[in-house]
Amino acid sequence: MTRVTLLYFSAVREVIGFGEEVRDLPDTVLTSRDLMRWLSSFGEGYAQAFVTPDKLRCAIDQVMMPLDSPLREAKEIAYFPPVTGG
Amino acid sequence: MKRVLVGTDDFDPGAELDALAVLGSGGIASFVGHVRGDGGLTSMTLEHYPAMTGVALNMLAEEAMSRWALDGVTLIHRVGRLEPGDRIVLVATAARHRASALEACAYLIDRLKTDAPFWKKEEFADGHAKWVEARPDDDLASEKWD
Repeated sequence: MTRVTLLYFSAVREVIGFGEEVRDLPDTVLTSRDLMRWLSSFGEGYAQAFVTPDKLRCAIDQVMMPLDSPLREAKEIAYFPPVTGG
Repeated sequence: MKRVLVGTDDFDPGAELDALAVLGSGGIASFVGHVRGDGGLTSMTLEHYPAMTGVALNMLAEEAMSRWALDGVTLIHRVGRLEPGDRIVLVATAARHRASALEACAYLIDRLKTDAPFWKKEEFADGHAKWVEARPDDDLASEKWD
């Protein structure tokens, strides 16, 4: 079990209904993609937010990382749509 | 000099360029982005990931300073609710050679659009609101600096 803070931004936050939570991840969740699949089992909001993983972006400990990156000892994992600043 | 600022307050482009001018480089390039009032847009709200925004913008500024011979970089990005005509973003660079200043400025705004965690939500006069979608053109513009 690894305890992580999960952050959701923009449309992902709106669909899930809140922007932050803490969860204990099972040992079977190794990558960001695994985590999205696991979270999708927690209800309609999650399932809808993560229905097309490749349309989302992920930051592990404040650095954008590919979805297949290992989570290892990550403390904070954030999910959001592609960014639109500037 | 590296100046990175994220906040709700407006900024003064003239004062920011003057602050770079005192470095004595001789050349300053800048880009200022404003909210457009297209299609009945009444306001735009910028959300960000506070813990990551500063890290991402500082990394961009440092990358620009390592690629080009710059004396100064200023990156300012506003968040919160903005209206048409309001300033959103300022990128400014100071260098002894115009090509360095201009290229680094273009690099910074192109990369800021794909690498910094900001999201825009647009609200319209008829009451509907939508998140702005990332544009494939922005990805191409960013990738050309790889």
